[in-house]
Amino acid sequence: MSEENIKRELEDKFTYLKDAVIIQRRGRMFAQVPLDKFDEVFAYAVKQMHFLALSAITGLDNRDGFEVIYHLNQEGKLLLNLSVGLNKENPQVKSVIPYCPSADIYERELMDLLGIKVSGLAAGHRYPLTDDWPKGEYPLRKDWKSGTRNEEAQNA
Amino acid sequence: MHESGDVRIPIGPQHPALKEPESFLISLRGEKITASSVRLGYNHRGIEKACEERTYTQGLYLIERICGICSHSHSTCFVQAVEEIAGIQVSPRAKYMRTLIAELERIHSHLLWLGVAGHEIGFDTLLMYTWRDREVVMDLLATLTGNRVNYGINTIGGVRRDINSKQKEEVLKAIDILEERTKYYIDLAKNETTLLKRLQGVGVLSYEDAKKLDAVGPTARASGIERDVRKDDPYAAYAELDFKVISVNSCDVYGRTLVRLGELMESYSLVRQIIRKIPDGPILIKSPRKIPAGQAVSRYEAPRGEDLHYVRANGTEKPDRVKVRAPTLANIQSVSKMLEDRYLADMPIVIAAIDPCFSCTDRLVSIRDTKSKEKNTVAWETIRLKGIAWYKDKGIDFISLNKKLTKLF
Repeated sequence: MSEENIKRELEDKFTYLKDAVIIQRRGRMFAQVPLDKFDEVFAYAVKQMHFLALSAITGLDNRDGFEVIYHLNQEGKLLLNLSVGLNKENPQVKSVIPYCPSADIYERELMDLLGIKVSGLAAGHRYPLTDDWPKGEYPLRKDWKSGTRNEEAQNA
Repeated sequence: MHESGDVRIPIGPQHPALKEPESFLISLRGEKITASSVRLGYNHRGIEKACEERTYTQGLYLIERICGICSHSHSTCFVQAVEEIAGIQVSPRAKYMRTLIAELERIHSHLLWLGVAGHEIGFDTLLMYTWRDREVVMDLLATLTGNRVNYGINTIGGVRRDINSKQKEEVLKAIDILEERTKYYIDLAKNETTLLKRLQGVGVLSYEDAKKLDAVGPTARASGIERDVRKDDPYAAYAELDFKVISVNSCDVYGRTLVRLGELMESYSLVRQIIRKIPDGPILIKSPRKIPAGQAVSRYEAPRGEDLHYVRANGTEKPDRVKVRAPTLANIQSVSKMLEDRYLADMPIVIAAIDPCFSCTDRLVSIRDTKSKEKNTVAWETIRLKGIAWYKDKGIDFISLNKKLTKLF
């Protein structure tokens, strides 16, 4: 399926994605999905459009909010990057493990480094920070600077 | 799932069978592994965060140091993303140079793996042979780039060193030697009983599991998944070169050996094609210090599988976010599946068979307290007690084990 066909199919199926799907170049597509609609778009991309492999999940701190990008690929060739915006107060996404079992480690990374909650993720080892890492310290947040350490968190 | 009746053995973070710090918890019933889990993060260095605080060029040298083996993979993957955002068209000659170093790196990495695999199955002669041969390609990399590892050849907009006709001859001569040696190893892999008995049927990962768990690189290709970024999503000069994607259906460690040996032969052919076809022209295009706002995802077929970098630029000279997904992180999730219901003695070779690189995988954050001027020294006893408490937390009590042992003797 070509990039144009994928864009058309997504836009036809989900009217709110009109103009939100961008073809950056051959093999690279980006789509910004509203948070409340994310589940249905993700499920459709995996189940119906055969974006069966998850290459990675990237978390970003955009200062006024967070963003999570799911890098899905189709047969190793075409990359569909579905991104979802989250608020600063209570950043939370649903686990995508039911669709992509390999998401586990990437979701734990989101929790450790950005403090984004992932609901539905089973208890397990944390990744990648140490077991005694201070609570409330999320290194990839923009207000966290390396080389300094929050005094309160240090005493927690 | 770890069950209470089974014997639990912690392997790592420091263990003679492991080459890098990672921690496996193995549940055993008799000699068979019933469950396993892995804890990573011991090599965590803060590179993604550090990249946000440095310029693109400084970040490039840091990115190159994510891994000592596939350093060129990471640096190429990163520059490709930055060049895409900035709209820089790299010259064809620079693309060929990047591809040349990439294939030489694959050769040295696969030879290294073959040696490690030999060592893990107690066949140290193979380790000595392959690592001796690996010196040929290491010397070649030093001649071309000035460095045996961390080549420093990439820069935003092209490469930093050109190749001359004398060097081209040296490359071709070295490739002839390596090809002859690899043919011998292929013969060995097909006929040597030690290898066949020790590798066949070990560490099985079915086609379905490999697909479900998103395995990459030789691990996926040995389970019948014909996936290779060089073919599927060509970058650098790969679209103009002729090569086969090697895959087998045996789904075991033996298959992973055959795939890597086959890839070595393909790499020799690729290097010869590059030397023959490399076009004339500049090797470097001047690039701006400030990269315009934008984002890009770059993919690269590293020796261990698909490497993925995501870069977001904000119009300044420093990136807003750099994300690295190294191939081992994608493959480590398959290891538990490979170990299930297998013998404990197979564990070292099964882990080694994905060619793990944990320093690639753990690359993120470390903290240094710069505020306090006082020197903090941690006593050996404190570390020991912390270790005992850590294991106790995992259900392994060394103190009670020690008491039992003392009673016995």
